Amino acid sequence: MSEIAVRQPATFAAPARSRSRLRVFMRQRSTVAFLFTLPLLILVSVMVVYPAFYAMHLATLNKRMDRFIGLSNFTFLFTRETFWMVVKQSCIFAVSAVIFKALIGFVVAHLVHAIPEKGQRKWRGMLLVPWVIPPALSTLAWLWLFDPSYSAFNYVLGGLGIGPIPWTGDAMWARFSVILVNIWYGAPFFMIMYLAALKSVPAELYEVAAIDGATFWQRLWFITLPMMRNIIAITTLFSLIVTFANFDIVWILTAGGPIDRTHVFATWAFRLGIQGGDIPLGASVSLFMLPILAVAAVFILRDVNKRAERM
Amino acid sequence: MANGKVTRRRFLETSAASAAFVAAPFVRGAHAAGSLSVAFWDHWVPGANKATEEVARAWAEKEKVDLKMDFITSQGNKNLLTIAAEAQAKSGHDIFAFPTWYVHEHAGQLEAVDDIMPELIRQNGNVNGTVDYLAKVKGRWMAVPSTPGSQIKGPCSRIDLMKQHAGIDVVAMYPAGQPPKAENWNMDTFLKAAEACHKAGVPFGIGLGQTTDSVDTIGAFFQSFGAELVDKDGKITVKSDAVRQTMEYLRKLAAFLPPDAPAWDDASNNKWLVSGRGALVCNPPSAWAVAKRDAPDIARQCWTHGMPAGPKGRFAPYLPYLWGIWSFSRNKSAAKSLLVALSTHEAIAKMVEVSAGYDLPAWEKLTTLKTWAEAEPPRGTLYHYPNPHNHQTLSIAAAPAPPNIANQIYNQAVMTKMVARNLGGERLEATLAWAENEVEGFMRG
Repeated sequence: MSEIAVRQPATFAAPARSRSRLRVFMRQRSTVAFLFTLPLLILVSVMVVYPAFYAMHLATLNKRMDRFIGLSNFTFLFTRETFWMVVKQSCIFAVSAVIFKALIGFVVAHLVHAIPEKGQRKWRGMLLVPWVIPPALSTLAWLWLFDPSYSAFNYVLGGLGIGPIPWTGDAMWARFSVILVNIWYGAPFFMIMYLAALKSVPAELYEVAAIDGATFWQRLWFITLPMMRNIIAITTLFSLIVTFANFDIVWILTAGGPIDRTHVFATWAFRLGIQGGDIPLGASVSLFMLPILAVAAVFILRDVNKRAERM
Repeated sequence: MANGKVTRRRFLETSAASAAFVAAPFVRGAHAAGSLSVAFWDHWVPGANKATEEVARAWAEKEKVDLKMDFITSQGNKNLLTIAAEAQAKSGHDIFAFPTWYVHEHAGQLEAVDDIMPELIRQNGNVNGTVDYLAKVKGRWMAVPSTPGSQIKGPCSRIDLMKQHAGIDVVAMYPAGQPPKAENWNMDTFLKAAEACHKAGVPFGIGLGQTTDSVDTIGAFFQSFGAELVDKDGKITVKSDAVRQTMEYLRKLAAFLPPDAPAWDDASNNKWLVSGRGALVCNPPSAWAVAKRDAPDIARQCWTHGMPAGPKGRFAPYLPYLWGIWSFSRNKSAAKSLLVALSTHEAIAKMVEVSAGYDLPAWEKLTTLKTWAEAEPPRGTLYHYPNPHNHQTLSIAAAPAPPNIANQIYNQAVMTKMVARNLGGERLEATLAWAENEVEGFMRG
C-alpha cells in the first residue's frame, strides 16, 4: 500500500505536465497560424502539389505510358518547329498582355482615384465587371464580335468604309484579338490593386511635394511609383503567371489557329495530350512553363525582398 | 481423395454448371444482376437521348440490373477529358461512348467484344470499313459501333442556288428513293460549281480550320485522289504525286471558298447554310435541321447527297462513336448484354427517328430506314444521307495510316494546315517539307 501511496503523485503529475506543455504549444502563435493554414495547405497539396508531381511523372513516360523514357519527351519537343513557335507565341502573348494590362490599370486607377469618394464606388464596381464575369462566358461574347463571317465589329467598320478585318482568320489579327481580350479581362485586376496602393500613399507626401512646387510628372516619378513599386512587382508576377497559363480565352477564340499561330503552352498541351492522346507529351509541354515562370518569380520576388529589407 | 473422385455424373454436372456460369450474363432477381454504369454521348439534337435512355431502361428492368446512365457532352471535349481521367484512375463507368480514335488509344484497357460482334453482324449486316478500321485492334473487336453520334459529313446543297448558278440539279442527280445518277459528279464538276457559286456571291461553305468538320472534308478530298500522308504500313508518303495533285486541286478550290475559311470552326458551316450565304456545306443533317427550325425557306431548298468522285473513287467523311467496355468493369457480361440490346433493329430505328435522321448506324442492313426516306421539307432530302446505295466509300481523314499515327494527323489538322499554308503563299515544296517533319514527329511510340 505504501508503495502505491508513494507512486500516485508521480503518475498524476505526468499527464498534468504534458497537458500544460500542450497548452503552451497550442498557445504559440506559430502553432495557431499553422492550424489555421492547415486546411489550405491540405487543399494546395491535393489540388496543386500532387498534380504537379504527377505531371512530372507523366512527362517521363512514353506515349503508351507503359515505359520510363526519362527526358526524351523534352528532347523531342526541342526538335519540333511548332514547339518553338508556341514558346515564342506564349512569350509574346503573356508579356504584351501584362504590359498593356499594367499600363491601362495604372492610368484608370489614377482616374478613379481622382474621382470624389462619393461617386467612386460606382465607377470601381463598373470597371471591375470584365474581371468578375467568368472568362469562358465573356470570351464567347468576344467570339461573336470577332466571328469570321458575321463579326459585329466588321459590320460597324463596314459602315465607315473600313474592312472587313479577318479578326481570327489572319495570324497577326488573331494574335491581336486574343491579346486584346486578355487585356480587357485582366486590366481591372491591375486597376483595383493599383487603386488600393494609391490610397495607401500618405497624402502628406503629395502636400509637401506641392509646396516644393513639384509637377505632376515629378510627383508621379518620385512619390507614386516608388510607393507602389512592390504592388506593381507582385501584381505583374501574379498576372504573368496567370497569363502564361491562360487556356480559355485562346481556346474559345481561336483554338490555337489559324495554322497554330495563336497556340500558347496550355492550348497546345491540351491539343497534344487530350485530343491527340499523347498525355506524356502534353504534360511535358505544360511543364515547360515552370522554368520560365520560376525565373521570373525569382527575379521579381528578390527585388521585392531587397526593398522590404531596406525599408 | 475419396471425395475428390470424378464420376461421369459429377463431370457432367460441373461442366453444365460452368457453362451456365459463363454463358448466363447474370443472375436474375431484384437488381440481382448487379449494377452497371454507362457514359453515353450527350446528343446535340434536343431530346435525342430519349431513345437510348428508353431502350437501356427497358433492358435494365428486364434483366434486373441497377443501371446508371450519364450523358456526357463532347462540348469543350468533356468526354475526352473523362475518358483520360477514367483511363488513368482505372475506375469509372463500365461502358463508354468513345469517339473515333479513342478505342485504339485505350485498347489496352478495353474488354474485347469478339463474342458479341459476329452475332450483331449476322443480325444487322456488316459494318462499314471505317468502323472496322477504328473498332478492331490486332484483329479483335474492341468496341461495338454506336448509332447515336455516328454521322456522315456529306454535302448539303441548296437546290435553287446550285441550279441557278452552277447548272446542277442535285435532286435529279440524287433522286429520292432511287440510286444516284451521279456519274458526272466529280472533282472537275465540283470545282466548276464552286467557281460559279463563288462568282455569284454564294460560295461553298467548306472550312480550312483545325476542327473536325474542316479536317473531315479535306481528308475526304485527299482520299479521293489517293493521297496519303502515311500509308497503312506506317511509311511516310507526304511527298507523293497524289499528295501534290491533291494540293494543286485544293489550292484552286480554296480560292473559291470564303476568305475566312482558315478560321472556321464546326459551327461556321452551319451558320453559313442557315444564313443563306452559301450554296453548299459538308455536314450531317444538323445544319438542315437548324434551318428547318430557324429558316424554313432555306430548309426547303436543302438536299443532302454524295461527295464528288476523284481519280481514286468517291469518299465521304464518316465519324462513328463506338461503345467500349473498360477492362476494369465489374459487370462485363451485363455490359455486353446491354450493347446487344442497343444494337437491335428496333432500338436503332428508334434512335434514328428521335435524332431526326442525324444518327447513322454503321450496319449494312440499316441504311434504308423510313426516317431518312420520309424526312422533309423537301421530301426525301435525307434519303441519300446514309449512303443507301453504297455508291461512296465511308472514310475518315488520315486513314489508312496506323490509327495511332492517323489520330495525330487528324487532331493536329495537318491536312487543312497544309492547304492553309499553301494558300497563304508558302511554296508547295516548303509545305510538303513542313508536313513531312510534322508527321515524322507522330511516329514516336
